[in-house]
Amino acid sequence: MTQPLSLDRLPFRTPARITAIDWLRMSEGDARRLRNLGFDEGVSVESLHAAPFGGDPLAVRVGRMTVAMRRALANAVAVETGQ
Amino acid sequence: MTTVPLIAVVGNPNAGKSALFNMLTGARQKVGNYPGVTVERKSGRLSLADGRPVELVDLPGAYSLEPSSPDEAVTRDVVIGRQQGERLPDALLIVLDATNLDNHLRFALQLINLGLPTVVALNMVDMAARDGLVIDSARLSEELGVPVIETVAVRRRGLGSLKEALSLAVTAEKRAPVPDEPFAAVQRRARAIADAAVAGDATIHRTSSVIDRIVLNPVAGPFLFALIMFLMFQAVFAWSEAPIGWIEGAITGLQGAVTDAMPDGFIRSLLVDGVLGGVGAVVVFLPQILILFLFILLLEATGYMVRAAFLMDRLMAKVGLSGHAFIPLLSSFACAIPGIMATRTIEDPKHRLTTILIAPLMTCSARLPVYAVIIGAFIPATSVGWGIGLQGLVMFGLYLLGIAGALLAALVLRRTVAKGSHQGFMMEMPKYQVPIPRDVLLGLWQRAAIFLKRAGSIILVSTIVLWALLSFPQPRPGESALDASIAGKIAGGLETVVRPIGFNHEIALALIPAMAAREVAVSALATAYSIEADDEAQAEQSLVERLQGRWTLPTALAFLAWFVFAPQCLSTVAVVRRETNGWKWPAFMLAYLFGLAYLAAGATYWAAIALGL
Repeated sequence: MTQPLSLDRLPFRTPARITAIDWLRMSEGDARRLRNLGFDEGVSVESLHAAPFGGDPLAVRVGRMTVAMRRALANAVAVETGQ
Repeated sequence: MTTVPLIAVVGNPNAGKSALFNMLTGARQKVGNYPGVTVERKSGRLSLADGRPVELVDLPGAYSLEPSSPDEAVTRDVVIGRQQGERLPDALLIVLDATNLDNHLRFALQLINLGLPTVVALNMVDMAARDGLVIDSARLSEELGVPVIETVAVRRRGLGSLKEALSLAVTAEKRAPVPDEPFAAVQRRARAIADAAVAGDATIHRTSSVIDRIVLNPVAGPFLFALIMFLMFQAVFAWSEAPIGWIEGAITGLQGAVTDAMPDGFIRSLLVDGVLGGVGAVVVFLPQILILFLFILLLEATGYMVRAAFLMDRLMAKVGLSGHAFIPLLSSFACAIPGIMATRTIEDPKHRLTTILIAPLMTCSARLPVYAVIIGAFIPATSVGWGIGLQGLVMFGLYLLGIAGALLAALVLRRTVAKGSHQGFMMEMPKYQVPIPRDVLLGLWQRAAIFLKRAGSIILVSTIVLWALLSFPQPRPGESALDASIAGKIAGGLETVVRPIGFNHEIALALIPAMAAREVAVSALATAYSIEADDEAQAEQSLVERLQGRWTLPTALAFLAWFVFAPQCLSTVAVVRRETNGWKWPAFMLAYLFGLAYLAAGATYWAAIALGL
């Protein structure tokens, strides 16, 4: 069973896989940084922490790396939990 | 002069590149700048296995050949031979973090595609093993087509084999470059190679994930952050007391020795009052500067700095910035120059410009001498309860005033002159590491050298020039030495401008040389009052005692308020000019900060008068 979900809605510590990234929804700079940090279809991700005072930004594991990113950008990343 | 082969050390940020560079070159490093940009150029010499010397250059960490910041642009330009002031490297030494191979291989593949002779250092293999990752480096070498050497920079492991591989590389022929492989293809190839060469299913650095549960916890995280900041500023004052005493003692001793050894006259006065007095007043702050830098270096080396940026992002977003800006701003508490240079990692130009323009509002260490003298003279050393001293509280208030001013300025700037796109906040959070003492000491030594060079050049020259302007021409009988001097005449003009905000003649005088550097204000006041002293008893008074007799409290408070905002530092202006490619923004910065300083000093002065202080 898979369910479509955006990365910002993914529950904490639930391993998932990137199914699609909406590159057109972000600035060129954000897209480049996202690619440079290893975001790509098929890569495993996991949401780890949210910052205090409002829960933005998020700390997300992508591949073997942890990155900090704002929720608005995480919203453009579609994931599926592969149970 | 024959040129020795050049090897560029390249890799992702946090791959342990600098640690490896330090391991290879030791302390024999040259720190300079690339022409036109303020990106630091670090280079060092290394003797290869066969005794041949090579030059190693440590390039800024980058994620790919598609640069996201001015910093990464330098890295790309060097490896493709287009960087001004740097020749095309003869070989590349690519540093890979063994625990993060799939991510780091992407950049490595792009670099290997360039066709330069290449050696790969597979760094931190010990940590990968501890994480349960087994890496087949022979397989990796086969897939990449270049030699792969396992290293642990922290323990100097792999040094010998690395030197041997580099000896072969510098004489090797260039391979044919692979033209434009699409990024997505490189991405997938990197993952495929990582999958083939790495066995083990560990997804993340375990220790880091445990530490992050505390450090990024919504309750414990902010508390820990506040504690670290408090400890840092507390240490700057508490730990520096003893070393400051030693430096003061040494300078007084030197002054005494010169006074005894030389006949009274101009040269002796120049040496004792001008050189030793002026430079000494500044060098005593070396301990505080070094303690602050020690904390910043440790926060960076441990990996905490990015976590702090993560925690601060929300607050920074409220004034139109992001967590990215936190790191340069924190460095600016030591000195705005490295702070402004650190903004080159910020991608968005408007965002970066705003950070540059507000960086001088962070209370840098050069303000400490000014604050310390005025607070020492005018704020009583009484307690306000709970063991908190009034003097410390005033100092804390001045820091807060600077921060509040900076946040407010950012808010206004982002809505006016630096209006524009809202860049997101995206940063790699490196795994936590125990800092390598040698690397921290090396960083500290490089900072100390920069500071002492500054004290020895700008500050020395401005102090001597001021001494000369203050000493000539000689006063006629009945005239004060100060009023008769050239500097006194110049200050007379400035005085009419600053009189309404409570400043007197001596302050006007001190503000002129303090344009070179804020801390010069202290030595300038000291020089002014000691030349003015007409008898022995007066000459022996300390600066604090002299100020107490001559300034009113409102004047002293206005002087403090002035220095919270005033951009009195030529080096900062020069760095802003270089960073923004022109005079427009440094001119703007000078205007808005002097405007703020004038308003703040005036408001403080008249409020204090109204309150009857």
